[in-house]
Amino acid sequence: MQKNVTIDINGQPHRQAVEPRLLLVHFLREVAGLTGTHIGCETSLCGACTVLLDGRAVKSCTVLAVQADGRSVTTVEGLAQGDKLHALQEGFWEEHGLQCGFCTPGMLMCSHDLLANHPTPTSADIREAINGNVCRCTGYQNIVNAVKNASRKMAKRVSARAGAR
Amino acid sequence: MIPANFDYESPRTLSEALDLLASRQDAKILAGGHSLLPAMKLRLAAPSVVVDLGRIAGLNHIRESGDRIVIGAMTPHADVASSKILHVACPLLAQAASQIGDVQVRNRGTIGGSLAAAHPAADYPAAVLALDAEIMAVSRSGERSLPATKFFTGMFTTELRPDEIITEVRVPRTEGASVAYKKFHHPASGYAVVGVAVRIKKAGTRIDSAAISITGVGHIAYRATAVENALRGKPLGVIAEAAAHAAEGVEVLSDYYASAEYRRHLATVFTRRALEQALEASGK
Repeated sequence: MQKNVTIDINGQPHRQAVEPRLLLVHFLREVAGLTGTHIGCETSLCGACTVLLDGRAVKSCTVLAVQADGRSVTTVEGLAQGDKLHALQEGFWEEHGLQCGFCTPGMLMCSHDLLANHPTPTSADIREAINGNVCRCTGYQNIVNAVKNASRKMAKRVSARAGAR
Repeated sequence: MIPANFDYESPRTLSEALDLLASRQDAKILAGGHSLLPAMKLRLAAPSVVVDLGRIAGLNHIRESGDRIVIGAMTPHADVASSKILHVACPLLAQAASQIGDVQVRNRGTIGGSLAAAHPAADYPAAVLALDAEIMAVSRSGERSLPATKFFTGMFTTELRPDEIITEVRVPRTEGASVAYKKFHHPASGYAVVGVAVRIKKAGTRIDSAAISITGVGHIAYRATAVENALRGKPLGVIAEAAAHAAEGVEVLSDYYASAEYRRHLATVFTRRALEQALEASGK
């Protein structure tokens, strides 16, 4: 049995006939060719495969592609605008929020979900938000710093925009 | 890890879904997928057809209805955790939801799915037991109400029939009661090694009534009736003594992470802490 699915990924529709058992993470990597989303544990524990599904952070190894039919997905490739990095990516860059980088796409997408709901999180909020994401390099401190850095930047840009009006 | 092949159905109405369940042997219901899909990936489950409830309207809501709050079966844990209605009227359920898994799991997992899966260390079973919740289920032969206290029959098993779908969970308003959900998280999985839900009513300096339930300790969450009996009608000072009965009469689980002896100990400690937290929150 194959099902036709159309998934909007980073603003682009991707249409493909797939087996119902195809996981969303495989659709992203193998059908759409977007390999920024990583496959870590494949057991819903490590968070490396985190993407936004209709704006909410989900583990794409635990969603079927057919469940995402007609819905919109944002992956790490959807964060930057051309050469301009997203504030979160700048934060990770500036605060050394990664070493090997394997967990980084998931960390970024989970932090994105956090900042969308809590623009000025405390360290405890950030740690709670990335509780489902495992990093084996950084000890998490720099990731927390990176998300705070991004939150400050985003607040500044919001107030700059408000001032310009 | 790829599941075995299956047919996928995504009905738009409850009645289509019920027809599919009635006509297809070996169909499995997919709600948030956070119990079923991991089991399918590990090939612990290999249904021939999966019926996805994700496109049926009207199953995702939280609303007040008389003296009860009604939660649609497809409501994700994150929405239960952040519900303003529940924070006021039934904070125990919101507290339990906020401690399930992690953000991503709470964004996908649903209350109906979690209850139907009946995982021995899931959080919701403890909460619905302590709340004397009602679980509403429909099949082609009609709707029925299943009291939470009779719903769970064993590890991963419930009173639900294969042709039934949970539509909503009804919990009482608990204003005036002291409630808390206190949990010892498994550090890797996030499941409850021990989770204790508490709902007590005070009368002056005494405990008038107590509903205590515990998950993670036995084959399925249970009402700790020995603790409840030790509290009822007694002064608030008996909490520690009463909590010692937390695992009385229960066949306690044991695994590589927590031995039965350790779990039994945690059950006592977390029952006491949950009771203390409930009383503190309501102002001793």
